[in-house]
Amino acid sequence: MSFLMLQSLTKRFGDTTVVDGLSLSVDKGEFVSLLGPSGCGKTTTLQMIAGFVEPSAGAISLNGRDLTRITPAARGLGIVFQSYALFPHMTAAENVAFGLEMRGIAKLQQVKRVDEALALVGLSGFSDRYPRRLSGGQQQRVALARALVIKPDVLLLDEPLSNLDAKLREEMQVELRQIQRTVGTTTILVTHDQGEAMALSDRIVVMNHGRVEQVARPTDIYRAPATAFVANFLGKTNLLPATIAAGAASIGTSRWAADGMMDGVARASVRPERIMFGDSEGLAGTVKARIFQGHHWLVQVATEAGLVLVIAPNDGRAIPDDGAAVLLTWRAEDMILSQSGSAA
Amino acid sequence: MSAKEIASGGHVAWLLAGPALLLFAGIVLVPIVMTGLLSFYDWGPYKGIETVFTLKNWREIVTDSYFFGIFLRTFRIALLVTVISVLIGTPEAYILNRMEKPWRSFFPVIVLGPLLISVVARTLGWALLFGSTGLINVALVRLGIVASPIQFMFTETGVVIALVHVLVPLVVISVWATLQRLDPQIENAAISLGGSGFTVFRRIVLPQVMPGILSGAIVVFALAASAFATPAIIGGRRIKVASTLAYDEFLNTLNWPLGAAVAVLLLVGLAAIIAGSNRLMERRYSEMFR
Amino acid sequence: MSRNGPFALIFHTLFIAFIVAPIVIVCIVAFTPEGYLSLPTKGLSLRWFRAIADYPEFVRAFRDSLWLAALSSTIAVLFAVPAALAIARHRFIGREAMLAFFMSPLMIPHVVLGIAFLRFFTTIGIGGTFIGLVLSHIVIVMPFALRLVLAASIGMDRTVEHAAISLGAGPVTVFRRVTLPLILPGVVSGWVLAFITSFDEVTMTVFIASPSTITLPVRMFLYIQDNIDPLVTSVSAALIFLTVIVMVMLDRFFGLDRLFIGASR
Repeated sequence: MSFLMLQSLTKRFGDTTVVDGLSLSVDKGEFVSLLGPSGCGKTTTLQMIAGFVEPSAGAISLNGRDLTRITPAARGLGIVFQSYALFPHMTAAENVAFGLEMRGIAKLQQVKRVDEALALVGLSGFSDRYPRRLSGGQQQRVALARALVIKPDVLLLDEPLSNLDAKLREEMQVELRQIQRTVGTTTILVTHDQGEAMALSDRIVVMNHGRVEQVARPTDIYRAPATAFVANFLGKTNLLPATIAAGAASIGTSRWAADGMMDGVARASVRPERIMFGDSEGLAGTVKARIFQGHHWLVQVATEAGLVLVIAPNDGRAIPDDGAAVLLTWRAEDMILSQSGSAA
Repeated sequence: MSAKEIASGGHVAWLLAGPALLLFAGIVLVPIVMTGLLSFYDWGPYKGIETVFTLKNWREIVTDSYFFGIFLRTFRIALLVTVISVLIGTPEAYILNRMEKPWRSFFPVIVLGPLLISVVARTLGWALLFGSTGLINVALVRLGIVASPIQFMFTETGVVIALVHVLVPLVVISVWATLQRLDPQIENAAISLGGSGFTVFRRIVLPQVMPGILSGAIVVFALAASAFATPAIIGGRRIKVASTLAYDEFLNTLNWPLGAAVAVLLLVGLAAIIAGSNRLMERRYSEMFR
Repeated sequence: MSRNGPFALIFHTLFIAFIVAPIVIVCIVAFTPEGYLSLPTKGLSLRWFRAIADYPEFVRAFRDSLWLAALSSTIAVLFAVPAALAIARHRFIGREAMLAFFMSPLMIPHVVLGIAFLRFFTTIGIGGTFIGLVLSHIVIVMPFALRLVLAASIGMDRTVEHAAISLGAGPVTVFRRVTLPLILPGVVSGWVLAFITSFDEVTMTVFIASPSTITLPVRMFLYIQDNIDPLVTSVSAALIFLTVIVMVMLDRFFGLDRLFIGASR
């Protein structure tokens, strides 16, 4: 049963369409990420759900109720803003209590629930600190506690970890996931960091120029990206020009099976870690550079189809030297072909 | 930074700033000290200034009810001007902050521009507006709000109005600067947690703006209490304040020591009030803000 | 940013009217064709503007004000630049005190400064001279100049200077070709604010001016004490027109809000 539904959500600012007919159905308790480069419309979508931006067209419904008719103050959503937006003149406890205060909860109950919320995010004992005296990570947790204490139907997270340094970010990702699993709140995360989206989400919505490119589980998206954009955005990929003729794709002088595609020019997308060094057949090229990365090797190969990046695991196998002539092969199912006319 | 670095940095710094420092020491400290000393000298209409030490001037200021009345009026006017300026300047700063282009770049020029115009010209405008045949009274009588013209010139009310006009832009500046530093998402956060418009303003926006309001208020108070040209023109001989009193003593009566005592008392009184307010502000707000 | 509601806009209109009224009335009355203070209901006339020529003391006072403002601003800036660089770049004992000291004229009421300078100048024998006037104006405009130059100095990226030094430039060249151009906006805006402050200053100047060294605002003030007539109104109007032109240019180049908010922090 769908809990939160976005139907053909559209937002136009003047001549520019920022969100273009976005439809999404989120189940109760699900953790969904809106992932994409800046300007793809993910933050605007979040703001429309929150009620700070009015949709130009389309509908948002929560548990069957039409959300667009309800003011932001009454939607009962928990929001963690990118800058945390803590009230600087209130202590951590007062910050967290604010939502409860607005709901007329009795003082005693407030104290109890605030203490619980702070404990949930690991900040017991920080009740009387002012935001100014809290580190970035601690502020982030207070913001989370403040959003969760009101027991919202949906938790909205707007790039909450982008202001933290790399190590802290990783720690917070793990904690965030644990907290969400404990509380079970339906959550929507907006991020441009593909690693974050893959680590946290039940499903990822990849967005580009206001449109949805793909919605799937992280493993599925990575394994089978629907378009070259998705392939390029999650993980690394090689984009090579190909020609389709009579059910086969030719890259350079090599051919792969390509059923059901029209003849003509196409683009092939292959992940670097799926490319192998062949003995007898494959795309011919010369090793331009090889870079040792500890866990694996990065090998750059100059071919007639362009520069190709190969990732080879450091498991003892022989890695071609600089300047060596090599043949690159891969399985047909590890390659995505797209022709102009389909999503770029 | 090592002690050596601090020392060497210090040498260069003192060398660079030296000339300016000397100039200031000579031109600021010495005259002020001299004025302080002057307030203890004696004076007579025929003998002029006599450099002896006497408490006569101070005794006169502190005991004579004439002087007390003037100082009371000075601070009363300053307080009124401050309160009114804050009451109308703060909403205006808020409104300016919410404007969109092109108004957003246009109206600040209108509000701040008068600060560049000489206070004499501005006050002259009020003198023109205030007279019994001035525009304000003409309008009030025509609209039937009053039966006969109200006296504004040479009244405290007139001085207060004119001073508010001169000083309110400073409140707007201070509050607007503070508003611009606010994180707009904080307001949104409060709304998302269920706060109504008025609650959000009262509980979230106003407390954050307070430091800006208070610092603007302190500046306005200090300038209103020591104002000269505006009370002189609008208040005339009838409504004297500390500054015009000092002017009288110095340039009319020529009793410099007494004038000096008035000036020093004004300076000390202001310094005490301002230092006190600053201390209060620090205590309340330093926990929460920088 | 949400829009302003109708109540807000009404308040705003009244506020603007309040701010603008006295200034506008001066400009309007200045155009009266009558021989007394009145609104120009019968048509506009330039007679009172032309009449200014018959009062050379106003013209002289205007010229003296210009000179005074230019001199004191320039000298203040010349002192402020090295002082600002010192304060911005070096941590040394007494740094805070030095800054507070330079800013102190802002804390002292101008009436007190006027009295203090009157006493001081008379005692050392330069009472009523132009030099005395210049010295006193330097003191009161220095905080404004220093604040703006200091802001520019603090905001300047010093690694550019290091790059110049590494390429072989000597200290004077570094200052002239790298530092100065980078802090120039602060220096210029400091000079302009200092100029305006000096030009408009009346409270302190009224104490130390003498019949031979009168500034325009003081001249206008003294005239108004005797009577208010169309003549001083037209002088004020002319002053307002000039100031508005400067104001518009300033806003174009710097932004008035930046000028003041930089100065009032």
